[in-house]
Amino acid sequence: MAKKPVTFTLNGSDRAAFAEEGLNLLEFLRRGIGDLSPKYGCGQGACGACTVIIDGETHLACLTMADAVHGRKVETASGLANGKVHPLQEAFMEYFAAQCGYCTPGMLMSAKVLLDRNPSPTRADVIEAISGNLCRCTGYEPIIDAILATANMRARA
Amino acid sequence: MTTPATGVGAPIRRKEDHRFITGKGNYTDDINRPGQTYAVFVRSPHAHAKIRKIDAAAARAMPGVVGILTGADLAADKVGGLICGWMIHNKDGSPMSAGAHPALADGKVRYVGDHVAVVIAESLAEARDAAEKVAVDYEVLPAVVDLASATAKGVGTIHDVAPNNVVFDWHLGDKAATEAAFKKARHITRITLANNRLVPNAMEPRAALGDYDAGEDSFTLYTTSQNPHVARLILSAFIGIAPEHKLRVIAPDVGGGFGSKIYVYAEETVCVWAAKRVGRPVKWVADRTEEFLAVAHGRDHLTHAEMAVDEEGKILAIRVKTRANLGAYLSTFASAVPTYLYAPLLSGQYDIPAIYAEVETVYTNTAPVDAYRGAGRPEATFVVERLVEVAAREMGQDPAKFRLKNFVKKWPHQTPVIMMYDAGDYAGSMRQAQKLADVAGFGKRKRDSARNGKLRGLGYSAYIEACGIAPSSAVGSLGAGVGLWESAEVRVNPTGNVEVLTGSHSHGQGHETTFAQLVAGRLGIPIEQVSIVHGDTDKVQFGMGTYGSRSGAVGMSAIVKALDKVEAKARKVAALCMEAAEGDIDFKDGKFTVKGTDKSMAFGEVALQAYIAHKFTGQQLEPGLKEGAFFDPTNFTFPAGVHICEVEIDPETGVTKIEKWTAVDDFGTVINPMIVEGQVHGGIAQGVGQALHEGTVYDKNGQLLTASFMDYGMPRADDLPSYSLGFNGTAAPSNPLGIKGCGEAGAIAAPPAVINAITDALGHEEIAMPATPQAVWLAVQKMAKSIAAE
Repeated sequence: MAKKPVTFTLNGSDRAAFAEEGLNLLEFLRRGIGDLSPKYGCGQGACGACTVIIDGETHLACLTMADAVHGRKVETASGLANGKVHPLQEAFMEYFAAQCGYCTPGMLMSAKVLLDRNPSPTRADVIEAISGNLCRCTGYEPIIDAILATANMRARA
Repeated sequence: MTTPATGVGAPIRRKEDHRFITGKGNYTDDINRPGQTYAVFVRSPHAHAKIRKIDAAAARAMPGVVGILTGADLAADKVGGLICGWMIHNKDGSPMSAGAHPALADGKVRYVGDHVAVVIAESLAEARDAAEKVAVDYEVLPAVVDLASATAKGVGTIHDVAPNNVVFDWHLGDKAATEAAFKKARHITRITLANNRLVPNAMEPRAALGDYDAGEDSFTLYTTSQNPHVARLILSAFIGIAPEHKLRVIAPDVGGGFGSKIYVYAEETVCVWAAKRVGRPVKWVADRTEEFLAVAHGRDHLTHAEMAVDEEGKILAIRVKTRANLGAYLSTFASAVPTYLYAPLLSGQYDIPAIYAEVETVYTNTAPVDAYRGAGRPEATFVVERLVEVAAREMGQDPAKFRLKNFVKKWPHQTPVIMMYDAGDYAGSMRQAQKLADVAGFGKRKRDSARNGKLRGLGYSAYIEACGIAPSSAVGSLGAGVGLWESAEVRVNPTGNVEVLTGSHSHGQGHETTFAQLVAGRLGIPIEQVSIVHGDTDKVQFGMGTYGSRSGAVGMSAIVKALDKVEAKARKVAALCMEAAEGDIDFKDGKFTVKGTDKSMAFGEVALQAYIAHKFTGQQLEPGLKEGAFFDPTNFTFPAGVHICEVEIDPETGVTKIEKWTAVDDFGTVINPMIVEGQVHGGIAQGVGQALHEGTVYDKNGQLLTASFMDYGMPRADDLPSYSLGFNGTAAPSNPLGIKGCGEAGAIAAPPAVINAITDALGHEEIAMPATPQAVWLAVQKMAKSIAAE
């Protein structure tokens, strides 16, 4: 299969790798680049486990072609902590928002984009922002609470 | 004495979370081995067919193909079939009809998704392409799909050992006493209900990575398992992959299980076996549709149930006839679920003198059915709590008062169906829940809803479950093929930190935190100095794994026993070091003190002395500080509680909104209330999913119509309520910690609470699960008709 060079920024670092034609971004990040934080949940864009941020917007890596990130900025959960954990990560721990942890990286990506755009979301805003991310463990409440708490903490700061 | 900040009862943060929130979780698909190949299974597109021929010649010629293996290759290597580990006997005493379950088909396929061959290639894409070129010549047979008619004449036979497709015909209870009670009844309530088939859908799909070390002649299997030791035992002793000491099973981080990862499946069996065949590591990861097709499903019962009540509203007897779908093959614990995990729970929280249950299980051309969160107990609770609710309504009694009148009020209480309830406070939980739910204000809320054109309803569910399935001798007498104890080893290192090896497995439950809380509190050391090791058969000697809400009650109790031994040995070390009599040593807050003196040693100093052994001779004491223990409980535990669901239905759209959810649960001792709340939330979410959203649909040819997240209603963030939780714990007498277990309670309690609330709003009982907007809208139309007819 033909391979294409893809150069992009991953969590602030320049990266370059060859991607087979037709390879999706999830496989490319996991097997080609070695960033294992985005997870495979359904491969059909219906569960959000592979959610990543491309140029500030959430994308489902399983439905994105690898070469579509050429020249763009990609963020994943593995790059969220910058020296110390991100306030969202802190809140996820404080509120017990992770159980098995599998949906967590995608959930954090959806939450980050929400708060970057809307620093003071309502509960309904949060629910809408994560309604594309399935969690089978928590019943969602602690995740919603963690995201709202992050917004409140930032508002007070 | 515990360290209050981190010990038993403290809501401390989870130790495992740092790796999960930073994307450093280490799941099976995150593990790669040098030279790794990729497996793709050729699966049956037919529900029922004979295989005339498999032609893999074209596929073998495809680029990157490393090997293509079929059932014939398994047979040539004498690899045995998958097993069912619980023997159930028919009413006449004969054993159940267990059909063969080869990991790759042996001339016949029995459900869509059944395993025909495996294609192993250099890359996943190449394996997929080659799998499409495997030509299988099928002779399609009529499919047996419908549960109700699965035993009818002429529908076809799925396994030759079960000509009429009946796996077993089993019963429990006293038939004569039950019939006598029904003759005396003032009122008899009769209901017919279906417990809908569910797909567990852990977010991490099943995966396996098999590796073979030719130098050591040993295998390693990385797999998504809730019980790696049980997997090793079955793969070794029954399937014959390798002797136990030559097979290592590692279940690393596992992304949810809910029962579905208890079982030994065809795919992991094939991957570990094939690793030797092809001489390379073999990885397989289920895509989501494969997961829908071939993971063990849950529930799927049809039940007719009757309840006899006397003139005062006292329940006299329950009579139940259930048909349970076990799918195309018997999965690992399939036979236990609709029998011993079901019928013994039909007494609910009630004092019922007579119960008789008949259960007929059948094969169908659908995916195997096995335990899914709750396993038998949600089915029993749905029967009991619908019966009680409908009986109260038919007799014009308040459903809560009817329950209170019939609750067990004295413990121990022997039910007519095996169980001896040992501790509880059912009426207390009901009263606490009613208060929390503001049941008193419901009438006003209902009137307010009516003014807005909405229908409001309130539903109770007073559930009981049996957890920590034990003692081993008892489950053995009921047909279990294994003992259901747990083991633990506490290794104190010379520097005083502690590794705890446990046979329990955490796949979301937070054991690394709760188990460490127990140990840190007991030894009086910082929780950071305790690590929990699990999920690797080379590290932990043996274990029975995690399911049935057993890890607290059984797994932690094994740790307590090992800690008892560690403390006893440490006291000896301290006594020798401080030249005191052992009886004069006190141990408190991590310090060994000689009574009445100021002489003391910290736990860490004692650990060091135990290893350097300078202060005692070998004749006086063996060096080291490491102890193991096995714990076998004396009884099941009986978590119980009352959930109250309040719904508002929009009659125009049929949409049911859960307005309020109240739960008061008795889990016995709670180690970490935040983790327990999380378990309750998640359980309720799955129970609400069953009641409102989730339904598994096969068409008449056995094609699975709900095989993706687009077609199967997984609850999303906007589908679920907030919860109001209360605890009303009474200690379990059957284990040293008094723990009862909390993992399944929500999934058991929730479905009848939702359906009782919906039927309360509708004013009639005709609604099945899942109560989707369409189903509710249709039920609303029936309601309008019945009002018009009045």
